[in-house]
Amino acid sequence: MLLIASLLAHSSLADIIKVGDGHPYSSVKEGLEAAAPFDTVLLADQTFYEINLRIEKPLTLTGTHQSIIDGELQDEILVIAADSVVVSGITIQNVGYSFIKDRAGIRVEEKDYAIIENCRLFNTFFGIYLQKSNHTIVRGNLIEGSDGSTETYTGNAIHLWYCEEALIEDNITRFHRDGIYLEFVNHSQVNRNVSFRNIRYGLHFMFSNHDDYTGNTFEDNGSGVAVMFSKWINMRHNKFINNWGSASFGLLLKEIYDGELSNNLFEDNTTAIHAEGANRILITQNIIRNNGWALKIMGNCFDNRITKNNFMGNNFNVATNSRQTMDTYEANYWDDYSGYDLDEDGFGDVPHRPVKLFAYIVERVPISIVMLRSLFIEMINVAEYIIPSLTPENLADSIPVLEPYQL
Amino acid sequence: MNKILKYGFLDLIRSNWLILYTAFYLIVSVGVLMANGDISKSVISLLNVIIILIPLIATLYGIIYYYNSRDYVEMLLAQPITRKSIFMGQFLGLSLSLSTSFVVGTLIPFVFFGVFRSAYLMHFLFLLIAGVFLTFIFCGLSYLLGLANDNKLKGFGLAILLWLFFAIVYDGVVVISLVKYEDYPLEKFTMLSTLINPIDLSRVFIMLKFDTAALFGYTGALFNKFFGSSLGVIVSVAALSLWSIIPTWLIVRTANKKDF
Repeated sequence: MLLIASLLAHSSLADIIKVGDGHPYSSVKEGLEAAAPFDTVLLADQTFYEINLRIEKPLTLTGTHQSIIDGELQDEILVIAADSVVVSGITIQNVGYSFIKDRAGIRVEEKDYAIIENCRLFNTFFGIYLQKSNHTIVRGNLIEGSDGSTETYTGNAIHLWYCEEALIEDNITRFHRDGIYLEFVNHSQVNRNVSFRNIRYGLHFMFSNHDDYTGNTFEDNGSGVAVMFSKWINMRHNKFINNWGSASFGLLLKEIYDGELSNNLFEDNTTAIHAEGANRILITQNIIRNNGWALKIMGNCFDNRITKNNFMGNNFNVATNSRQTMDTYEANYWDDYSGYDLDEDGFGDVPHRPVKLFAYIVERVPISIVMLRSLFIEMINVAEYIIPSLTPENLADSIPVLEPYQL
Repeated sequence: MNKILKYGFLDLIRSNWLILYTAFYLIVSVGVLMANGDISKSVISLLNVIIILIPLIATLYGIIYYYNSRDYVEMLLAQPITRKSIFMGQFLGLSLSLSTSFVVGTLIPFVFFGVFRSAYLMHFLFLLIAGVFLTFIFCGLSYLLGLANDNKLKGFGLAILLWLFFAIVYDGVVVISLVKYEDYPLEKFTMLSTLINPIDLSRVFIMLKFDTAALFGYTGALFNKFFGSSLGVIVSVAALSLWSIIPTWLIVRTANKKDF
């Protein structure tokens, strides 16, 4: 009896508030006001035209993908202003752009433990916006801006600002400014998201430390991923594909320290990895193929280890603007290695210098790129390879492997 | 002139060398298509072959052909035919047969690979046009060198130098000047230097049509603005045409004055 009584008591604690035509509450706003903490607000399959909905109690807002809240291109739609709110399964669309306010489809306003999952957001200026919110989960959402928009008329699909321990996973973003944007975000995970056809970056880190991003795909964005002014970032098992354009790159590492870049695939990018002020990064077991430049590493990069990667089919494998290097290159596979392996231990017996003279000239005088594929260039590359005079002398892989790694 | 052209052309196109030349392009095109499995990349790979080999073959074949057909030309000179007809016929027969070999050799594999249905038909046509232009230009220049030099050894030497200059030395001079004067604005100089050399012009013009243009960065944007415009296309075609017409005109002039 006691058990049944407690179960009954429990069920009466969490009511389901149905909202829609024919239900007690016809608008989401009324439903949210009527709900007690820990209730579930269930939206019917219809379109609600409402804006500035504030959730100020810990409750669950749910529905199906046909439960649509439409902002009619006005102000923002859903604001989470309580801890432990769950928003799941609904569709949110049409937030108007603003140059004064970062309007969002769903905003979490300085509250913790929110879960936003399986929602669909269409044409919201910013998609999901977390500000000063910790322990948030953003999972399985589809976030689409409007195709053909420009950088100023669209915000970021998932935007995090001053957050701790966020979990961003399995989301799909496209047609936004940045797919995922993190600023002052620490100890967070970004896993298995797909960011494609965004206007600026697929993923963008600023001033964020101790974060991991794993298993994501960044395809066809303005540029793939930019990691700037951040420390202890691990980047593993991601795909950087087809970020192609005159100023595009797969991954930009700028002012970052102590990270790891491993087991990633870089394919068909203008520049696969562009490193500037990157220090103590371990770059290992990546496949870097068919890019314009595989690795552009500037003279202000120190103590990076580039080891056990496959460099294949790139126009330039390594380019640099400096005559010395403080980085270590070891046991990589270089498709243009022309040495031999007499003792058959799998490692080449002569070091490989991956910086071609032409790559060095282009870094110095960018316009000389028009000589790409000229016979003269091929000849000076060979001459320089045999007797290095201009390219960094110590930038060499002393034990290049002869067979590509199976990664 | 038409008769001489016709016999020259038919004679050449059936010669073993030209059959070999056609076969070479067939094999290279098939190889490139098989290896890349993709029209766009194949055209780019073929570009590398074309901008080096066509000038080389046209130069060498042109000068060999001139010296080999000297007896035949002298016999013709005894006939009541104008010199213009004889030499124009000879030169055009030579250029046309080399061009035909090249076009047939590359066209067949690409047609089988479906170039007409691909988005890169225009790019491929640009490649063919560039190849034909280069054939005419370098045949003309080497034929002219033959006409101007009765000494075969000197003629050969000059022909090889000619190729070396346009294919390698010229680019070397440009690159060295670019590095030396890196502090100055070099855009116009680079563009002009590209326009002047027919090999560079073909190379840059075709590469700009492809994805490789993205590698050019802002330089590419600048070049694309010019070469992508109708003015740029007209200027490029005009430059290549000038390179074909001027040697032809010089051939006729030299032939008319020459004492055989």
